[in-house]
Amino acid sequence: MSASPDTKQTSAVTVRDIYLPPERKKVSGGGVPHVSAKNFSIYYGDFEAVKKVSADILSKYVTAIIGPSGCGKSTFLRSINRMNDLIPNCHTTGSLMFDSQDVYGKFTDEVLLRKKIGMVFQKPNPFPKSIFDNIAYGPRLHGIRDKKTLAGIVEKSLRKAALWDEVCDRLDKNALGMSGGQQQRLCFARTLAVEPEILLLDEPTSALDPKATAKIEDLIQELRGSYTIMIVTHNMQQASRISDSTMFFYEGVLVEHASTAQLFTNPKDQMTEDYITGRFS
Amino acid sequence: MNLGTRKLLDRSFTALGFGSIVVMGLMLLVVLVPIVTNGIGALVFRGTVEHRRMLYNEFHRGDLAELRSEIARSESCRREIYGMLDAFEAELAGMDEQRQAEYREKYAQVQASLRALLGPLPHDEAPALARLRYGQTRWDKAEEKLRDLQLEKKWDYSNPDEMAKDYFVSRAAGFEGTSLVRLFPYVEKNIDRLLQPRWTFYWGFITDSSVDAHFFGGIWPEIQGTLFLALGAMLFAFPLGVVAAIYFTEYARESFLNSLLRSANSTLAGVPSIVFGLFGLTFFINTLKVSESKSVLAGSLTLAIMILPTIIRSAEEAILAVPKTYKEASLGLGSTKWNTIVTVILPAALPGILTGGVISLGRAAGETAPIIFTAAVSVGSAIGLADVFSSPTPALSWNIYNLASEHEAAAEIRHVQYGMVLSLMTIVMLLNMSAIVLRARISKKLKG
Repeated sequence: MSASPDTKQTSAVTVRDIYLPPERKKVSGGGVPHVSAKNFSIYYGDFEAVKKVSADILSKYVTAIIGPSGCGKSTFLRSINRMNDLIPNCHTTGSLMFDSQDVYGKFTDEVLLRKKIGMVFQKPNPFPKSIFDNIAYGPRLHGIRDKKTLAGIVEKSLRKAALWDEVCDRLDKNALGMSGGQQQRLCFARTLAVEPEILLLDEPTSALDPKATAKIEDLIQELRGSYTIMIVTHNMQQASRISDSTMFFYEGVLVEHASTAQLFTNPKDQMTEDYITGRFS
Repeated sequence: MNLGTRKLLDRSFTALGFGSIVVMGLMLLVVLVPIVTNGIGALVFRGTVEHRRMLYNEFHRGDLAELRSEIARSESCRREIYGMLDAFEAELAGMDEQRQAEYREKYAQVQASLRALLGPLPHDEAPALARLRYGQTRWDKAEEKLRDLQLEKKWDYSNPDEMAKDYFVSRAAGFEGTSLVRLFPYVEKNIDRLLQPRWTFYWGFITDSSVDAHFFGGIWPEIQGTLFLALGAMLFAFPLGVVAAIYFTEYARESFLNSLLRSANSTLAGVPSIVFGLFGLTFFINTLKVSESKSVLAGSLTLAIMILPTIIRSAEEAILAVPKTYKEASLGLGSTKWNTIVTVILPAALPGILTGGVISLGRAAGETAPIIFTAAVSVGSAIGLADVFSSPTPALSWNIYNLASEHEAAAEIRHVQYGMVLSLMTIVMLLNMSAIVLRARISKKLKG
């Protein structure tokens, strides 16, 4: 991996050097690069929001992205399923590969891409429809019309999101009537219903209370091993609790990317250390 | 600023706001109360036997046997009156030339008043116009006519520096010493028997077509024409407006052309409606020739262009008010842009879009100027749905104007005009109410 002159050397974490503490099990069949960025930059007009990032995101593990506000971590996350396309004047250079597919390639179908790379947002954003319709929205989009199949998918997705027991008797109620934490888990279920390979989580707990946050964290632990998960978070305890590897961004630069245990106990970079110890934010 | 001043400012602001709302409410009352009280008069009034005779002859409604007995009762009185007229005519023939000339003019006025009150006199030729075939159908008008019979209005021109003043002289006094002098107290005494007023709820005012240019009958052609024109305008403007709003909000990029289109839209919203009317005439009828002459189609198209900017603007605002997160969620699930618009954005924006639509519908129903040259005629029968491409139609807004200013006997049928105003107000208010209800229901469904 070549380091560009104006970025620090960032190491791609591979499964060989990912250090997992004893309580975290190795994931079978995971650990291959699922998303890999190479000199990947994102511009808003002339402003370079993400600067020449090179990194591998390992499949089926949880990768946390931390850094102060405005450091480009959300921008990076949203570029993976091309949500940044919504922002006018946003363009990229370098390469971003998803499996063997160029995310920003000329012939890439961003609609198909987003089906494979699901996203959960900062604020719970269920549609103003019933719980059932919320979850069935994705499958219906992709052509599933059969009611029984849909009901099966809805139940499976809600179970995966640990929400089934709470809502199974009111699937026809409007989703906006649920609590914030339930809404966010509904958003997880809705994303899971289209069977993505990657889950992008953009600060999924920042709008929730501690109890709901704990539930979401449990859910992420449940999903680890089945999906490649990337989570942007401002909460460093959360990052250290739930992730296997962590990326630290500062002013658009990927400063350090290492296994979580290592990054939080023995950061290589002085800036990382300052940040995680709270000397600046 | 200290606490006291701040509180005072706060309170005076509240008072100002509250006050302006109260003033607005009072203004509304000042407008609505006369409209409603006068307008109701077109439907509920004391109808005379002439009214029931007219209904039977023109619309074949009413109980014939009862009508016959009523007419017979009235007839006995009338015969007495006509006998007095005959007697006076004989007396007149025996007078010398000078006295004859003196009485003849006065007598003609008495005859005219009697015709207005009771219908044609026995020796008259059968009148061609329906308005002359019947006496007064409404008791309130009959009382006016009775007064006309009793008192002659004269003008006092004695002071050339001032406007002439009117004063009344008794007609009976003019016939002092002749046999006709008996007529005046007789008519006054027997007016109830002559006309037999009875409280009537004339629902036909809404459902009948008019007889002899709104003299009798109802305003159904106008109501139907108004609905046709407004709904027709909606049919063109609503889909077009929503699509344009989708383009502006979801597809348009910042470019010179698009900002030009936007400002064109705003400008269009401020164009006076008469300009739209003339445009409709020259463009739709003279240039595109959508119809030979005035037609509902041409009127609807003209109204559609007039309300289009409002619909676009309100739809645009409704779409922009949909949280961005819905769009992100949908796109994040692998939805296409178009699918996101149809399944997520439009349903969420629907209450706002509909509100704008129905308010525009109300405006289209009430506008006069755009249809003067393109669709409206003052008198006509209700047209069928198949005729909308070629036929003009009466419409409430235009006919209100027509009755107020151009009708040859506007003063005789004020009640029809009031009834039309009330009907138009009711239609527009019902439309707005339905918009509010619809909006509330959809919003409730969206909010869960």
